[in-house]
Amino acid sequence: MDYKLQVQDLNVFYGAMHALKSISLNIESKRVTALIGPSGCGKSTFLRALNRMNDIIEGVVTTGTILYDGKNVYNGYDEIELRRRVGMVFQKPNPFPMTVYDNVAYGPRIHGVKRRREIDEIVERSLRAAALWDEIKDRLNKPALGISGGQQQRLCIARVLAVEPDVVLMDEPTSALDPISTARIEDLIYEMKNRYTIVIVTHNMQQAGRISDHTAFFLDGVVEETGSTQQIFFKPTNPRTEAYISGKFG
Amino acid sequence: MAVPRIHFSESLKALNQEILKMGTLVEEAIGKSISCLIDQDIELAKKIVDDDEAINQKEIDIEDRCTILIATEQPVASDLRHIITALKIVTQLERMGDHAVHIAKAAIRLSEEVYMKPLIDIPKMSEIVIKMIHDVLTAFINSDADLAIETAKMDASLDKLHHDVMTEIWGYLKADSRYVKQSTSFLFISRFLERLGDHVTNISEWIVYSNTGRHVELNRIGYYSEESDAEGNDSHS
Repeated sequence: MDYKLQVQDLNVFYGAMHALKSISLNIESKRVTALIGPSGCGKSTFLRALNRMNDIIEGVVTTGTILYDGKNVYNGYDEIELRRRVGMVFQKPNPFPMTVYDNVAYGPRIHGVKRRREIDEIVERSLRAAALWDEIKDRLNKPALGISGGQQQRLCIARVLAVEPDVVLMDEPTSALDPISTARIEDLIYEMKNRYTIVIVTHNMQQAGRISDHTAFFLDGVVEETGSTQQIFFKPTNPRTEAYISGKFG
Repeated sequence: MAVPRIHFSESLKALNQEILKMGTLVEEAIGKSISCLIDQDIELAKKIVDDDEAINQKEIDIEDRCTILIATEQPVASDLRHIITALKIVTQLERMGDHAVHIAKAAIRLSEEVYMKPLIDIPKMSEIVIKMIHDVLTAFINSDADLAIETAKMDASLDKLHHDVMTEIWGYLKADSRYVKQSTSFLFISRFLERLGDHVTNISEWIVYSNTGRHVELNRIGYYSEESDAEGNDSHS
């Protein structure tokens, strides 16, 4: 198995609160891994640990090992470079208060891309990859905050893709979207997995079932069960997993 | 902490009750079909034929109920397997109801005949079938895979009795050609009862699937497999 991320004995503390307890979980390359579990179980904390986003929260202590392409994320990478390669899409679309074009161009520019033609190419390629180009190509100079919520979320995905990441972390990316926009994002995730490793936190069990290859069930800071999504949704081995995915718990 | 999906749980219980009702209708139809054969009761036989419509309608109602549950509740894991099993069971039960009708129609054809011998093995077969239906429905309601497997084992007794009936009837046919009509009918009736055991075995297999997620083939080699093969018997289809 080709693992993009290998997590060993990961512990995360928010002050005295032990949020993640000895998590060991491998993330397969170019697959979609869904993290499911009730609120407060540690899914998002785990996701943020993967690109060291927890480091910016005061009082957080992290122990254990996270290997990305075999190198420890804590000493093998510059954290800015790590976050370029392991990008993140958040629950609520958060475009910058600038034009559609500038939102996508922002990342490449701060990473040193200066030539206009090159930036134009990156913007078009990223918006196409995020399945937004056809809808937005005539409005590139309009404010990003003026487009629909579903389009804003795809713009945020385009913004991540513009800096050519390797892994895309998604924290409930469709929870604020209507069913049509959700379906577009799900189709996009399905296409993206040919090129990227995707880890997605979702509270929507059917979404996890539809789009992911692997599923990990978190509960109280522990991975209760992990396996192929088919196995988890057809015959989970842990009764707590079954109770959770069938909506009888959590 | 555990929050059951009350409406869904109640819907599953109601589904089980509907299957139990359908199973009871089938069980009664089979019992009555043998009674009217023994008593040569043409009125009861006609009623069994008419009442089959209720069994057919029950199958449709339960299928619709399952479809709605899948569409609206998006069941997963054991809940999903249980509903799929329910869909499979009603198909088997509907066919079993058809066999009761076939026996009743045979009873109508034989109602004016003086039987060539008292019926012994056929009533025995019907008792076994009825017990199998009763037990398999209990296994379904209680999610009891062990009971389902034990129930399927009873199919061997039916196969043996069917073999005995065939052997006996062949003897009568050789001895006296006047009994061709009766013999043919009794052979078919024995065969219907033997097939009923196969349908119960199929239901048992689905109960095991519902409980474990595994497809199993119970009684792959039955008591009388060679004879069955010779008849082109698809014993567990």
